[in-house]
Parts: sequence; structure tokens; C-alpha cells
Amino acid sequence: MKTMLGNMKTRTNLVTYLVVIAAFVLMQVFNSLGMLSSSQRGYLVPVCVYISLAVSLNLLVGVCGELSLGHAGFMGIGAFTGVVVAAVLKDAVAGDAVRLVLAMIAGGFTAGVMGFLIGIPVLRLRGDYLAIVTLAFGEIMKNIIGNTYAGIDGEGFHMAISTSKMKLGEGGKYIISGPLGATGVEKIATFTMGFVLVMFTLFVVLNLINSKEGRAIKAVRDNRIAAESVGINVTAFRMKAFVVSAFLAGMAGALFGLNYSSMTASKFNFNTSINILVFVVLGGMGNILGSVISAAVLYILPEAMRGLEDFRMIIYAVVLILVMLFTWSPKFKDAVSVAGDKIKGIFRKKKEVGSNE
Amino acid sequence: MQILQYLINGISIGAVYAIIALGYTMVYGIAKMLNFAHGDVIMVGAYISFCVTNYLGLPSIVSVAAAVAVCTLLGIVIEGLAYKPLRGTSSLAVLITAIGVSYFLQNAAQLIWSSSPKNFTSIVTMEPISLMDGQLVITGEVLVTVAASIVVMLGLTLFTGKTRTGKAMRAVSEDRDAAQLMGINVNQTISTTFAIGSALAAVAGVLLCSTVPTLMPTTGSMPGIRAFTAAVFGGIGSIPGAMLGGILLGIIETLSKAYLSTQFSDAIVFSVLIIILLVKPAGLLGKQVQEKV
Amino acid sequence: MKKFIALLLAAMMVMSMFAGCQSGSEQTATTAAQDQPTGEQAAADTGAAVKIGLTGPLTGGNSEYGLAVRGGMEIAVEEINAKGGLQIEFKAEDDEADGSDKAVSAYNTLKDWGMQIFAGAVTTGSALAIAAETVNDQIFMLTPSASAEDVALTGSNIYQMCFTDPNQGASAAELMSQKWPDATIGVIYDSSDPYSTGIAEGFLAKAEELGLNVAVDDAAFTADNKADLSTQVTQCKDAGCDMVFLPFYYTEAAQVLTYANTVDYHPTFFGCDGMDGILNVEGFDTTLAEGLVLMTPFDANATDEATVSFVTKYKENNDGKVPNQFAADGYDVIYALYNACVAAGIDGSTSAADACALLQEQFSTMTVDGLTGKGMTWDENGMISKAPAAVVVTDGIYVPIS
Repeated sequence: MKTMLGNMKTRTNLVTYLVVIAAFVLMQVFNSLGMLSSSQRGYLVPVCVYISLAVSLNLLVGVCGELSLGHAGFMGIGAFTGVVVAAVLKDAVAGDAVRLVLAMIAGGFTAGVMGFLIGIPVLRLRGDYLAIVTLAFGEIMKNIIGNTYAGIDGEGFHMAISTSKMKLGEGGKYIISGPLGATGVEKIATFTMGFVLVMFTLFVVLNLINSKEGRAIKAVRDNRIAAESVGINVTAFRMKAFVVSAFLAGMAGALFGLNYSSMTASKFNFNTSINILVFVVLGGMGNILGSVISAAVLYILPEAMRGLEDFRMIIYAVVLILVMLFTWSPKFKDAVSVAGDKIKGIFRKKKEVGSNE
Repeated sequence: MQILQYLINGISIGAVYAIIALGYTMVYGIAKMLNFAHGDVIMVGAYISFCVTNYLGLPSIVSVAAAVAVCTLLGIVIEGLAYKPLRGTSSLAVLITAIGVSYFLQNAAQLIWSSSPKNFTSIVTMEPISLMDGQLVITGEVLVTVAASIVVMLGLTLFTGKTRTGKAMRAVSEDRDAAQLMGINVNQTISTTFAIGSALAAVAGVLLCSTVPTLMPTTGSMPGIRAFTAAVFGGIGSIPGAMLGGILLGIIETLSKAYLSTQFSDAIVFSVLIIILLVKPAGLLGKQVQEKV
Repeated sequence: MKKFIALLLAAMMVMSMFAGCQSGSEQTATTAAQDQPTGEQAAADTGAAVKIGLTGPLTGGNSEYGLAVRGGMEIAVEEINAKGGLQIEFKAEDDEADGSDKAVSAYNTLKDWGMQIFAGAVTTGSALAIAAETVNDQIFMLTPSASAEDVALTGSNIYQMCFTDPNQGASAAELMSQKWPDATIGVIYDSSDPYSTGIAEGFLAKAEELGLNVAVDDAAFTADNKADLSTQVTQCKDAGCDMVFLPFYYTEAAQVLTYANTVDYHPTFFGCDGMDGILNVEGFDTTLAEGLVLMTPFDANATDEATVSFVTKYKENNDGKVPNQFAADGYDVIYALYNACVAAGIDGSTSAADACALLQEQFSTMTVDGLTGKGMTWDENGMISKAPAAVVVTDGIYVPIS
């Protein structure tokens, strides 16, 4: 029994990896054959970013059962750190790919440290209080980044939280300029790196879930008191999950930041956090493959609906509500099956009528 | 003198947060869901009131009544179509549906009323009270909003404490299954809660826009989040807590802008919130619920 | 399992949308061609229509600006296409005022449509994200309203129809030092908005140089806490300011004016081009704006023929809404591009890169008369030079300050 379960798990994990690899190969083939339009090519990197974000948030929300509303905050920290590191290392590091990896690691590291710091208070709280503290954290980050100025000149790297306090020397260049955000970013993100990031995220998250600690944390999610009574102490693991989730979000953010020539702090607001949460819930709590697919589909959905022009977002909202009802509501499913039976019944009657004639 | 004026400004915006937070906290306390569409129901209420006053030329009291009626109806429809089918499933599923409803309402408002801002005419006709040679000004809106939020708070406390429906609500809030066993119609009680919450949203919308006249399809979203914060601050589910949380949030926001930093006031407000929650994890007036084993 | 089915359904919807969009756009293109036989004939003479694209916020909190620009541009396109001769095909995409992925994606959609000239973006954030793309793609960019200096400085193919922010702030300071040299000045601005911060910084720098008396320079708010602007007004009031500089949009300005009136505070308020439109906010008591000074390139009440005709048409198309400077900038952008295209002989068959080179040549030398200024020229960076016109609101209309 135990081995069977184990096998099933490995098989699901294997399927997840294979789906991602197959999608990557397929996209690469399409791309090299010139079958992708500019906009479709443009989706490749952000889709990878959002998949990583959704998978890392699923570790928190789905597996640990902690509702976090500040994931975009970690993404933002990673994005701005990544952009700064990539700019500072421009002369020191030759290859773009190496620079990108370093920037992503730096982004992940900073976000991870922030995750640790915020994790100390956050993990004392539960449920919706945890949600509000993560929300608050996301807003604080947005506010601080939105007032940060950073730049490099002959003397090196400067950073301040007001322009008047910062004067760059001759030939200096701003990397982040307050509400204008990061400007003139060199775009070094690639789809291949996006794929690597998704694989890395999957590897880390799946291993964590299937570890002994992972099973313990699921026990805690389902019944904390029972789990504690059998001697499972999970604070350490919750912290680990929180930091890992933040780290991965930071890496994804860095990749995102380096895929565009500019970005503002307001991008990393409550709405972005909520969007990532939508991907997770729609894909299924704790279901990693579900997160991968729903992130990809839901990211492209509003883009694919551009033909609807001004009605685009309202129809997206309706689709979102309907999909939620369809996947979660017990009554709705009953109604669908009843309606299905009725339709079948009509056909049957028609047939009978037809045969009578 | 300065500080008094800032305090009054803080109470002014705080009372608006409080009245929104009352609706939030009531729905949360009983239906156990974060209704992120609450802010958008507020926006709809304000638009209805605006239309009735400006297009039909009716007195403001009629416009408020119309807003309450429309929002109550809207609340019942939203609850029936979008939330009720998901009752008993994961609370996150309902949260996401609420977000869908919020997107829907904002975009529908943009299509109906266009995205150009409208300037809401205050329903309060009272002249501002000027003290100490005009150094200190108390606007009529402040008095009316504070009075309204106190009335609503007392009303809700009495309602949940004394009436049959109110008691049923409290029972549902305490233990849904037990309430069901005692013969309480849980579904209907929750629907009633939404109707009341939405009616409150209409009042909150009118008062929000009387204080802050700009009316746009996104008007409700930021105050909605702030009010949610206020509700948690005061202890979510607690009616006096929402009131206290709202007023305090408004005062902290104003004083941090006035004396610390205008640029970082958002960060300061949310940092204070985190610190409070560290000291009192269930909010200022929230009950520390003993977990059942 | 059921979730997979649902996701699969959604995925299929995405696919069908892709297919649907393509066929849909083809259809509209053909019907448009059929509807305008004269246009088609004219186009046949000079080649196909020039494809001009715009990105701007068409949904969400900033959509009023995007919709205004789109409305202005549509009128210009209608007029031009009715004239015969060179035809324009125009398409606007929603970028949600997002400074990264959504903006680039909107731009890419236009590129797939076959856009030759880019007439966006509406907001600075989006324009910055797209600017670098246009440099790579060699597509000419003339933005109606993205006013940060960094936009034009991104590349030699990028031009602006609006004043740059620091420039506008500096003009405001100069005007104040001429007209109100002794005023005690307070500045309220939106520190989360690059437009507002850019003007405020330009203003403060120039004010220091000119020795103006700025008593309050840090009364900022953010997009998240603008529900309460009373604190900032109180700060200015307490500091004894008799001149308050409001470098932000009329939406928030209406709020400031209303509150100041409630607390019986009546300094001279001074706004920028974003202030234009305040008199047409539905439900706003325009008497509150009496004496308001603003620097606007456009006046919807002007009596010259071009403005009257534009305002009439805009109202017809937009439920009687009065156009603001965003709409006028949009209108001017299309005409400037049209004139340059005609002069350079650009038509639908010109490649985007060729058009870009030809247009750069035109824009470096040409002079344009439009709704937002006469004799407008562009400098080597692509920034516009037009006379800043300051007006004061008197009896509900703009009266120029001599």
C-alpha cells in the first residue's frame, strides 16, 4: 500500500515534469519555425514567471494552508534587486546568462531574507490574520520601493529614498527612480531561463512536499491539534516553506524585471497578489500540475480576449465566476448532470416520436 | 491647535472606514468569508445616489433610500448567484468568487457610468462649524458620518443581541452545525446578513463620497481594503472593534502624514497594524478563541 | 479531475478566442473597406491605408485618460479618411496603464496587426516599457501624453506631443516669479505618480533658483491614500500659503478645491495641464474653481473653428462629454503623423522601419499647428517646443493671462 502510494506520487510528479518539458519543447519548435506571432512570443517569459509564482504560492496556500496576500511583494523585491544587480554587474560579468542567473539568485536571496524577517511575526498568526499581515507587508514594500532612488556613477552604487538626497556624478545613470520605477533596464531574460526557473521551482516544491516534513505539514494543515498531540512540531517547517516560497517568488520577480525595459512599484500591488492566488485556487489547492496549467491558461485568457475590446475585462470576470462555480459548487454540478439527463430525455422522446411516425 | 485639526481630519476619514468596516466585519463574523466585493457595492451605492440626485432631481434623503434599496437587492442577487452555491466548500473558493464579482462590478460600472470621474454632491447641507477664529473647522460631514457610524454600531449590537434573527445570526456565527440542529435556517440567516451588509454598504458609499467627492468605478476598492484592514485591526467579527479600528486607522493615517512623512504614510500605517497584531494577535477587541480539541 | 476538465474548457476557450480574433479582425477589415468605396479607390491610388496603433488604459482606474485619447484620435482618423487621399487604419489596445508585461503585450498585439506607426502610449509607465521595444523594432513613436523626459530620451525615434514634466514644472515656477513674486507657496503632489512627481521636482528646482518662497514642499499623497487629502490642505493652510501648486490630475484637484472651500481656505490654486477638464467634471460646482490658474495647451471653449468643430464632433461621439487636453493631444498626434506621412510619401506599403526613418526626418524639421498649440516644433531629443499658455478661470471659462 505504502509503495503504491509512493509510486502514484512519483508518477504524478513525473507527469508534471513531462508536461512542462513537452510544452517547452513544443514552444521552442514553434518558435524556430516562426509560427509564433510577436504577442505569443511575448507571453513565453511572463507565463514561466507566473507559473513559478503560482507553484511557490501553492506551497504556502495549498500545502501549508496559510493564506498569503502579499506574494507580489516578494516578487517586487526580487524584481528590483535583480534589476539593480544586473545593472551593477554589467561591466564585471561578461555573459548575459551568467548575469541573469546571478541577478535571479540575488533577487531570490533578498526576497528570502525578507520572507524570514516577516515570517517571524507572521507565523505566530493564523488564518485571516496571517492574510492581512502579508497584505500589509506587500503594501509596505510597494510604498518603499516606489520612493527609492538608486543609481551608479564613477564612484559606485548610490541609493536613497529621495532625489534631493542623491546626486549622481558625471556620467551617472539612474537604475531606479522613485515613482518612475526601474527604467532603461537591459532585457536579458530568456525563455530558456524561464523554463529552467519553472523546473527548479517544481523540483524544490515537489521535493519539499514529498519529504517527511511535507507529510507532517499536511497533517498539521488538516488537523493541527491532532498533529501536535502526536509530537509533530511544525514551526520550523512552516518557516522553511515561507522562506522557500519567498525565495522562489523573488527569483521569478527578477526574471520578470529583466524581461522588460521598465517597471514600476505599483505593478507589485494587491491585485497582482490576488491574481496569483486565483491561479492557485483555480488549479487546485496543493495540486502542483493544476497551478502550472491554470497559471498559463489564465494569464493568456485576458490577452486572448482582446478582440472583445471594451467588454474584455467584464467577460473575464464572468468567466472567472463561472469557472469557480463549475469547479467547486456541489449544487451546480448536480444541476449540470440533471440538465444533461433532461437533454438526453428530450432526445430520447424525439427518437420515440420519430419512430412512431 | 494644529493637532486638533489633524485629529478631526483623521476622525473624518476614520469614521468612513469605520462604517465600511462594520459591513465587512458583520459579513465576516457570520458568513465567515472575506467579501472583497464589499468595496464595489459601496461604489454602486454612491452611483445610485448620485444618479437619483443629479438626473432625477430628487432630494438627497430619497437618493439614500434608493441606494439602500438597490444595494440590498444587489447584495441578495450576488449572494444567491455567486456565493450560495459555494457554501460549505473551501472559504478560499468563495474569496476568489468575491474577487470575480468585484471585477465584474467595477467593469460594469465603467460601461454604465463611464470612467470619467463624477463629483458627488454632499448629502450633508449643514454649515461647517468654525472654532477659534477659523483655526479649527469641523465639517458637517464629519459629524454626520461619526453619528451615522455610532448609530449603525449600536443598531447592529442591539439587533444581534435582542432580535430573533440577530440571535440566529450569532448562533450561526458560533457554530453552524449546532445552529442547524436547533432549527435555525442557516442559509436564510446568511442571506439576511448579506442583505443587511449591502444596505450598510449603500449608506457607507453615500457617506464616503460626501467626505471624498470623487466618484469613479474604482472609488470603492482602496477604501474597501483600508476598511478591511481596520476591521482586522479592531478584531474581525467584533462590531465595536470595527468602529474602533476604523477611527484609529484614520487617525494614525492622518497623524503620520502630518508629523512623520507624507510619502511613507502607507508604510507607517501598515507597520503599525503589524505591530498591533503581534501584541494582540486577534486584533484590539477580538476574542481569543480557545481552540476545541 | 473535474478541475482539469474545467481548465481544459478554459484552454479551449483561449484557443477559440485566438481563432475567433483572427477571423473577426479580418471581417472588420473587409467590411470597413466595403463601407468606404471612395476611400478604397483613393487608397488604391496611393497604396493601402497607413496603420497607426495606440495603447492606453481602456479599462481600470486610469481608463478615462486612455478613452479620451482614443476618442480624440478617432475623430482625426474619421476626418482624414473622409477627405479621401491617404487613408488611416487605426487600432487601440488596452494596456491597463501597466508599466511592464501588459503594455508590451498590447504593443505586440498591434505589431501582429501590422502597425506601421505607434501613436502611444497614454501613460508614462507604459510608454517607458514600450519605448525600448520601438527602438528595437524601428517603429516611429509619437506619444500624445507620456510626459517623462526618459520617454523621449530612450531613442531617436521617439517624439512627444505634450510638455515634459520638469519643463512644465519650471515654466510654472517662472510664471509664479513673474506674476506672484511674493507669494508663500505650498506644493501638494502625488508621490506614487511619475507625472506629478516629475513636475513637482522640476518646479522645486526652478523655484529655488528663482528664490521663490516655498513654505510646504513635502505634502505628498499616494494613489492608495488619496481618499484623504485634507491633511495636505491643512498643512498648506497652517503654513500660511497663499499660493498652492497642484501638479496632478483634475480628479484629485476637484477633491482639494472642495475641501479647501469647506474649511474656508482660499489661496490661489495653480494647476498644470492635467488640471484641464476640471470644469467639466459632472456634478462639480465650478464656482469653486474661480480664480484657479492653470497651464493648459487646450481650451474646449475656444472659439476658433478647429476647436469648435473638434469639440462638437467629440461630444457627438461620446455622449456629450466635453473633450479635455488628452483628447486634443490625441487629435493633434494623428494630424501631425498624417501631415508628415503625406509630406514624406508614406503609405500602407511603406515598411515600418522606412516609415520610421522618413518620419524622423520630417519631425526634425516640420512645424505643426494643432489644437494644443501653434507653430509646434520638436528638438533633437524628440521633445516638443510649444508656448505654454497660462489661463485663469473666470466666470467658468478660461481667460488667458497676459
